[in-house]
Amino acid sequence: MSVDATTVRRIAHLARIAVSEDEVPHLQGELNAMLAFVEQLSEVNVEGVEPMTSVTPMQMKKRQDLVNDGEIADDIVANAPATEGHFFLVPKVVE
Amino acid sequence: MTDLTSLTLAEARKGLAAKTFTSLELTDAHLNAIEAARVLNAFVMETPDRARDMAKAVDEKIAKGEGGPLAGIPLGIKDLFATKGVRTTACSNILGNFVPTYESTVTSQLWRDGAVMLGKLNNDEFAMGSANETSCFGPVGNPWRREGSNTTLVPGGSSGGSASAVAALLCMGATATDTGGSIRQPAAFTATVGIKPTYGRCSRWGIVAFASSLDQAGPIARSVRDSAMLLRSMAGHDPKDTTSVDIAVPDYEAAIGKSVKGIRIGIPKEYRLDGMPAEIEKLWSEGAAWLKAAGAELVEVSLPHTKYALPAYYIVAPAEASSNLARYDGVRYGLREQGKNIIELYENSRAEGFGAEVKRRVMIGTYVLSAGYYDAYYLRAQKVRTLIKKDFEDCFAKGVDAILTPATPSAAFGIGEKGGADPVEMYLNDIFTVTVNMAGLPGIAVPAGKDAQGLPLGLQLIGRPFDEETLFSLGEVIEQAAGRFTPARWW
Repeated sequence: MSVDATTVRRIAHLARIAVSEDEVPHLQGELNAMLAFVEQLSEVNVEGVEPMTSVTPMQMKKRQDLVNDGEIADDIVANAPATEGHFFLVPKVVE
Repeated sequence: MTDLTSLTLAEARKGLAAKTFTSLELTDAHLNAIEAARVLNAFVMETPDRARDMAKAVDEKIAKGEGGPLAGIPLGIKDLFATKGVRTTACSNILGNFVPTYESTVTSQLWRDGAVMLGKLNNDEFAMGSANETSCFGPVGNPWRREGSNTTLVPGGSSGGSASAVAALLCMGATATDTGGSIRQPAAFTATVGIKPTYGRCSRWGIVAFASSLDQAGPIARSVRDSAMLLRSMAGHDPKDTTSVDIAVPDYEAAIGKSVKGIRIGIPKEYRLDGMPAEIEKLWSEGAAWLKAAGAELVEVSLPHTKYALPAYYIVAPAEASSNLARYDGVRYGLREQGKNIIELYENSRAEGFGAEVKRRVMIGTYVLSAGYYDAYYLRAQKVRTLIKKDFEDCFAKGVDAILTPATPSAAFGIGEKGGADPVEMYLNDIFTVTVNMAGLPGIAVPAGKDAQGLPLGLQLIGRPFDEETLFSLGEVIEQAAGRFTPARWW
């Protein structure tokens, strides 16, 4: 399988990465090189094979259902590019 | 007094305990070495004031007999580990000035045990790369050069800063992370020792995420013993990482010097590649002969799905990366580029903040997870991953204790020499290491010799899950036989 220019633009939008028109051919070539490389997986017989979900067989530990964190709003917004008090600022989302 | 930077960690520990020198003296010696080696670009941030404060504090503890297992040892920290109050960027512009308000579990355990932080080390952006060329701070120089050549070579990646700094004697050891070979390949390129422990051994909490089902932290060090000492402090259960395993951490150092008599070593025939340099073939046979001479038993084994590990990795890892990196939105932290609306803000921030390799992987990951392609790519790759793991399980079930392979298909290469036209050319660097991440196993790279141009080459030992100890015992045999390698100083 390979991707065309339209698909490259669609993927870029899904990935939320702005791509200019002159970047498209280059990206298309690179993505197709990667897709050509992974193509060899189609020759593996995976009939009846379970897909891996956990690499280490383990029971996932569950923590107690307790509030043990919080009250750190200053920390949470400390690295934000734009804030007002304890709120993140973004462009208008709802008209 | 001998140059304090030339000691191993184990030697420095003795000197500190005997009060031959202080941690402050040891730390200052390394800070001076770092300053004189800036051309290598191994450190992206030096923290001399913090280092001296930590050293002074630990000297007081040592005086009172309260020093921990790593008391007074100066270390470098890969810039993927969150360090409280010290800029942490994953070497990406998108995290440009991120200053964590918390400390990663692994580094907090190193400080608990008395280690001293010298600064933050360069790496490939978000650990995506095999040459440390994708860092937003620029490439790292390998302290090793070809004999009679002035060409600067790459130290490997993604933990290139860690490997370069340890090899150039700028720090006594370093933290690193390994998703497809990022500890072992740079260790092999710089004649240092690097171990990726079993998945779940070290907590991933506070480490910038790349591919969560593959990422593991581990040390890069000057000797096998040093790597065992560092891993003991780095490993351990952490309730904050649900994939961290609640199994007691053994005293890894006790495995050093333990007899390897009767240990069965598998030699996988699928790792013998067409066109593999004769030097690597020779190194591999030599390594096997050393282990045999020490009493280990060699058996040929088969890992039939080996060749599919790298392509499966290039579906699984980018898919996980595309999800993990969705958090960089220009809103909560990091770089923001304005846009007419929130979607444009996201798109512009990510276009500006991510480098070319990261964009490529996020996009391929987005594609293989998108509607209509999930089954063909992602689901198939996860099935292949099951088969790769089963290859190893079958091998271990037949009584094999560890597997010996070359660490890399070549020695270090020049900056800009690979991957310019086709990204896959660079990806092939990890062909021998990536299988280990796909199967969640421990793997160690140990320096074993040099090629005809005088560049270091390494061997890899792969172990059973949570049996890092056998790897340390076997690694020590190789180190004793091959000797240790130090680059001639040119910087």
